[in-house]
Amino acid sequence: MFPFTIEKVTSVEAAIAAASSGRRLIAGGTTLIDLMREEVEQPQQLVDINALPMSEIRIDRSDLVIGALARMADVAAHPDVQRLQPLIAESLIEGASPQLRNMASIGGNLLQRVRCPYFRMVDAACNKRNPRSGCAALGGLNAGHAILGTSDHCVATHPSDVAVALVALDATMRVKGPKGERTFPVEELFRLPGDTPHLEHTLLPGELIVEVRIPWGPHSRRARYLKVRDRASYEFALVSAAAALDVAEGVIRGARLAVGGVGTRPWRMRAVEAALIGKVPDRRVFQAAARSAVEGARPLSGNHYKLELLPPTIVRAFEMTGEIA
Amino acid sequence: MTNQEPFIAAAAESEGTRGGISRRSVLLTAGGAASIAVVPQVASQSVSEGGPASSMVRVRLAVNGTRHELDLDTRQSLLDVLREDLGLTGTKKGCNQGACGACTILLNGRRVVSCLTLAAMHDGARIETIEGLEKNGELHPLQSAFIEHDGLQCGFCTPGQIMSAVGCIAEGHAGSPDDIRFWMSGNICRCGAYPGIVAAVSDAAKRV
Repeated sequence: MFPFTIEKVTSVEAAIAAASSGRRLIAGGTTLIDLMREEVEQPQQLVDINALPMSEIRIDRSDLVIGALARMADVAAHPDVQRLQPLIAESLIEGASPQLRNMASIGGNLLQRVRCPYFRMVDAACNKRNPRSGCAALGGLNAGHAILGTSDHCVATHPSDVAVALVALDATMRVKGPKGERTFPVEELFRLPGDTPHLEHTLLPGELIVEVRIPWGPHSRRARYLKVRDRASYEFALVSAAAALDVAEGVIRGARLAVGGVGTRPWRMRAVEAALIGKVPDRRVFQAAARSAVEGARPLSGNHYKLELLPPTIVRAFEMTGEIA
Repeated sequence: MTNQEPFIAAAAESEGTRGGISRRSVLLTAGGAASIAVVPQVASQSVSEGGPASSMVRVRLAVNGTRHELDLDTRQSLLDVLREDLGLTGTKKGCNQGACGACTILLNGRRVVSCLTLAAMHDGARIETIEGLEKNGELHPLQSAFIEHDGLQCGFCTPGQIMSAVGCIAEGHAGSPDDIRFWMSGNICRCGAYPGIVAAVSDAAKRV
């Protein structure tokens, strides 16, 4: 690990000033410290933002509001979250170990970096880590990589589970920066890699995530997260699906779906959603709708199986929404 | 770094008092304290251009009820400080990347992996490690249960398993074997002693 200085800030303004001057903010640190040890990240000045008053978790009349510094474990264990936003709780519990969930913040979770082994391996070609050096995953071990939103420059999946749930539920995020405050959909935080995979998100220089807002309603109470992986717990997703249904008088009035493990960012599936509206929820309806999920997918040498795995994962996730009491 | 030697010596002494000689005290005695790497591993590494050569911070920690005031390199993880500065080698360094759970401790009452957090971020923190579980010569119920149920083979993961189990039980996630398997999944055992671990946690959960 390269040497660095570390300072604590106690106001959002001080954090914004520090970030604007190029210093690196650290919250839970579970991604950043690991990557610093691998020398993938080499910040010279860290700013500890854990003392900022941004850990609140509350429900208002329309939204669940989660402060950017709230810990994954605390959000998942919050009774209002479990009652009104079970998908958020489930996606958090399925992401990372209990120890890491006690450490990692919601804001940091959204900004976590990819788990592509070549990104972590400083001797390998990686356009994200070292622009224009190439992509070792294209001709390498790529069973875990993306089939949607890829480019010839990067095929890494976004690793977050809760981000998939947030995108499905139309969450927005409030950020503060040197030019003031703005709010935008969480979905718009994530960039496609294109030919600039080193640019991962749309935050402007000096901007800090303050909170995430997730609208609640009949759909959010009937929402589930299904994560398919190599072992039953504590593993990254091969394929995952965050599904929500609003059913009234036996007919689907609203459907939300985002998938993980297959896209270079959390992937909303609006065509599948549209195909469900007005239908009676059952397996055949879900199967018909899920067929379009792999349209436009570009499999790599090692991940053709994701084309087969994605539709039934979506079907099962929608079926699970009906299993909520 | 010279002020760290008394901590090492003190720890060797306390380990050595139970059952005579510990592996650590043998290492210290045979090699002499001077040959043990007291200087943090990080200090020997290269320096990036334009960055600081090194950076030190003063950190106060209460570890198993004992207060310490330490001058630390900012790069030191809590794990490295426990093992190298305080000589508390019960907390193990397995993967050093947050994947195995061998370094699990309680930080302000919550289970965390000590390898993935910087000591410099925890001034004033309260830490509990495996060395702090025994009270008045009595093993903690989890320690006894791991012995009774054979919850280990080589034992390397055991301190992390036990500290994680303390957290797991306190969180209320030790109600069934399935619950225990899921909520203990951040702790890997390469020997595969899982049936004994689940039995031990299940048994201890009824006693603590």
